[in-house]
Amino acid sequence: MSLFLPLAVSGLNRGVSVFHPASPATESIRHLFILVLAISGAIFLVVEGVLCYSILRFRCRSSDPGTEPPQVYGSKPVEIAWTAAPALVVFILVLVLARTEYEVRVRPPKPQPGDEALFVTVVGRQWWWEYRYEYFNGEALGFVTANELHIPVGDAERARPVYLTLVSADVCHSFWVPRLAGKTDLIPGRQNSMWLQTTEAGLYLGQCAEYCGTQHAYMLLRVYAEQPSDFRRWLENQRKPAVNDPSVQTGRQTFLGLSCVNCHRIRGTSAAGSYGPDLTHLMSRATLAAGVVPNDRLQLRRWVADPQQIKAGCLMPSFGLSEGQVGAIVDYFLTLR
Amino acid sequence: MATIERESHVESPPWPARVHDWLTTVDHKKLGIMYVALAMGFLIIGGIEALLIRWQLMWPESRIFGQDTPTLFNQLFTLHGTTMVFLVGMPVLIGMANYLVPLMIGARDMAFPRLNALGLWTTLFGGLVLYLSFLTPGGPPAIGWFAYAPLTGHTFARDVGTDLWAMGLLVSGVGTIGAGVNFLATILAMRAPGMTLGKVPFFVWTILWTSVQILLAIPPLTAALIMVVLDRQLGAHFFDAANGGSPYLWQHLFWFFGHPEVYILILPVFGIISEVIPVFSRKVLFGYEFMAAATMGIAFIAMGVWAHHMYCVGLARTVDIYFAAASLLVSIPTGIKMFNWLATMYGGRIRFTAPMLFAIGFLAMFLIGGLTGIMLAVAPVDFQVSDTYFVVGHFHFTLIGGTLFGVFAGIYYWYPKVTGRMLSETLARWQFWLLLVGFLLTFGPMHVSGVLGMPRRIYTYLPDRGWDVWNQISTIGALIQAPSYLIFVWNLMASLRSGPPAGDDPWDAWTLEWATTSPPPPYNFEEVPTVRSRRPLWDFKHPDDPDWKYEG
Repeated sequence: MSLFLPLAVSGLNRGVSVFHPASPATESIRHLFILVLAISGAIFLVVEGVLCYSILRFRCRSSDPGTEPPQVYGSKPVEIAWTAAPALVVFILVLVLARTEYEVRVRPPKPQPGDEALFVTVVGRQWWWEYRYEYFNGEALGFVTANELHIPVGDAERARPVYLTLVSADVCHSFWVPRLAGKTDLIPGRQNSMWLQTTEAGLYLGQCAEYCGTQHAYMLLRVYAEQPSDFRRWLENQRKPAVNDPSVQTGRQTFLGLSCVNCHRIRGTSAAGSYGPDLTHLMSRATLAAGVVPNDRLQLRRWVADPQQIKAGCLMPSFGLSEGQVGAIVDYFLTLR
Repeated sequence: MATIERESHVESPPWPARVHDWLTTVDHKKLGIMYVALAMGFLIIGGIEALLIRWQLMWPESRIFGQDTPTLFNQLFTLHGTTMVFLVGMPVLIGMANYLVPLMIGARDMAFPRLNALGLWTTLFGGLVLYLSFLTPGGPPAIGWFAYAPLTGHTFARDVGTDLWAMGLLVSGVGTIGAGVNFLATILAMRAPGMTLGKVPFFVWTILWTSVQILLAIPPLTAALIMVVLDRQLGAHFFDAANGGSPYLWQHLFWFFGHPEVYILILPVFGIISEVIPVFSRKVLFGYEFMAAATMGIAFIAMGVWAHHMYCVGLARTVDIYFAAASLLVSIPTGIKMFNWLATMYGGRIRFTAPMLFAIGFLAMFLIGGLTGIMLAVAPVDFQVSDTYFVVGHFHFTLIGGTLFGVFAGIYYWYPKVTGRMLSETLARWQFWLLLVGFLLTFGPMHVSGVLGMPRRIYTYLPDRGWDVWNQISTIGALIQAPSYLIFVWNLMASLRSGPPAGDDPWDAWTLEWATTSPPPPYNFEEVPTVRSRRPLWDFKHPDDPDWKYEG
């Protein structure tokens, strides 16, 4: 029954399965999980086996004599045996889990030049993720982006670990990308940390795993693990202020003239809000609304016109903009690469 | 005796007098019946909520309530969890204990009959306060049954639903504490002559330790709920991080209640199973002393494992390891129980009538819930599967596979005593198989969707995640389960009129409740019986071979 579990998921979607680890931490959790499944599976077979045997062997038959079966009140040696055996299993499990605990929960070091380690502060917000890039390779970064986390992959020589500091701006959330790490909560008033590391480039999916209100279901996570050269290119682009394309002056003016700027920041302009996602390099992101819809002209138009149609209950209201305003703003957004 | 009972039935007073009698009664038997009826009513309501939840999750990106789906779904799972724990699980067990404990120990009533009535009515009142939220503009609360701060703060939950939730639980909690005090006093002070604490029926022993847990666990919840109400209504800042409060504190307070709570919901069931299995295997309970010690062990250890619900909040590594070790320790006394039940069946002559059918269902299903519990206790594994559908699957195996199967076993076992009528065996079998198949189909696949990365409490999911098929099996399972509950309620009601007469002792059982009439008279026993062993009716039926010769 329980051994069936890894088999059941082996042929399926690998994207978010805990049995398809892509990091040292999730790999050691998988080992532990399989050990626990094997122990539980053995107990399951023994107990259900004895149960089935008793049901078949000791069921009441019409040929039974009318008297009661022999009454057995108990047996001290037997009781001691089936107390000691599980105690031994528990003892071994505690030792093994303690080892895994220390393998998985790594304390973040201080950023050092040449460490090729990435430090990011993750801010959980209803219902999206803010990423404050702090340091890479000991160098201060100081830019903010949203919803799509980019990390470098390691190789045989350099591990390129990623250390996340987890805080919340409102309620409790939980950061969970199953193939990269177990979950860690983001709790108001507390600062948590976690560690990611992988050698496999690709897109890793996940989502918020602690109920956080109306749109908890659509607080999705995307982690792009990239080759170091790609990652550096992305990093350099993110550090620049926003592109200032004169051909979309109208859209830019419209955006800056509306209340959009109270919540959103576009570096290099007067928009400096910090309540909503930073839009400086909006078009470097593949999705909108924390991974809910693709980030293209059509969805941008829908989102700017009425976000509630895409993500009912989200904290961005519908501003009742005219068709022209929406079009101009979206034209401007499309230049923010 | 039975004839006298039937004659008095014919001359029963007019209905207003009967209603007045039930509303003002302090009789433990009537209160027990009303507790169970209340729980059954809320079971149907909670079940309808569960069906709506399953319907919404059947297809990815579904919106069964249109634009309001996210909020309504969040309200539904909040109510479903709260209802099943506080208004079904605890009342049904307290009700059964209320009815049975005085009868099993040869007492006339509970120690404090008025407190007993207060407990019933506050539980009902608490439930009504919670459900009143449907009439408020914002509707029911959408905070989840463990209501993590600061979601319960005024900033995030502006509507009165959250206040009604907190006050409803506060009120019903007072009733539960009263019940705990009452059971303790009754069991400690009102046992029949000769019935030492070491000779009480096993169900009574488990109720004793459940009551200890109630007294240790519910008051912290009450205090924490008062803090929520103070935060919301008087501007206190217990759970408000911006003003020096701590949302993290709520998690500790809640789980300090919440973990013992799951044992409050299972220990009495261990008691029921320990009564049913011996009678239907025709053997004395194997290893009573070890079973009794295991019950105490569970009650003690369960007070020190609460943070295994909080592995992901970033505890220190040593704290994780302590709570993992403590939680795994619980498996030792629980294992002792499982092995002793099997040893009781072993070598017996097992009769597969309805109570035993459900007891065997309990053994087979609760084992699975227990084993997934071991997996979840192992902290690093929990980092992955915590707050996923794996957990949802796990606790439904313990609460339905464990608590509910056990409760059904108990109701089939004692219904003849309560009503004087037998329940239909045919309907029982239909109920059992529909429930078993539906239950496995509903909650088995949740373990798979959990390890495939599906978090709990999401109102929908994207089609690319590969969770659809598992959710569809779950929903089909729920549809198979649903009629089993209706069959049960139908069986309870129809058998009241047309069930065959039960007689005093239909199962040829051994504890004191079977020595009086079915239903028992208001005074329970004509004369207080004297007890010499744990199975007084065995001694009576086998004077040549009584138990007291063998018990240490």
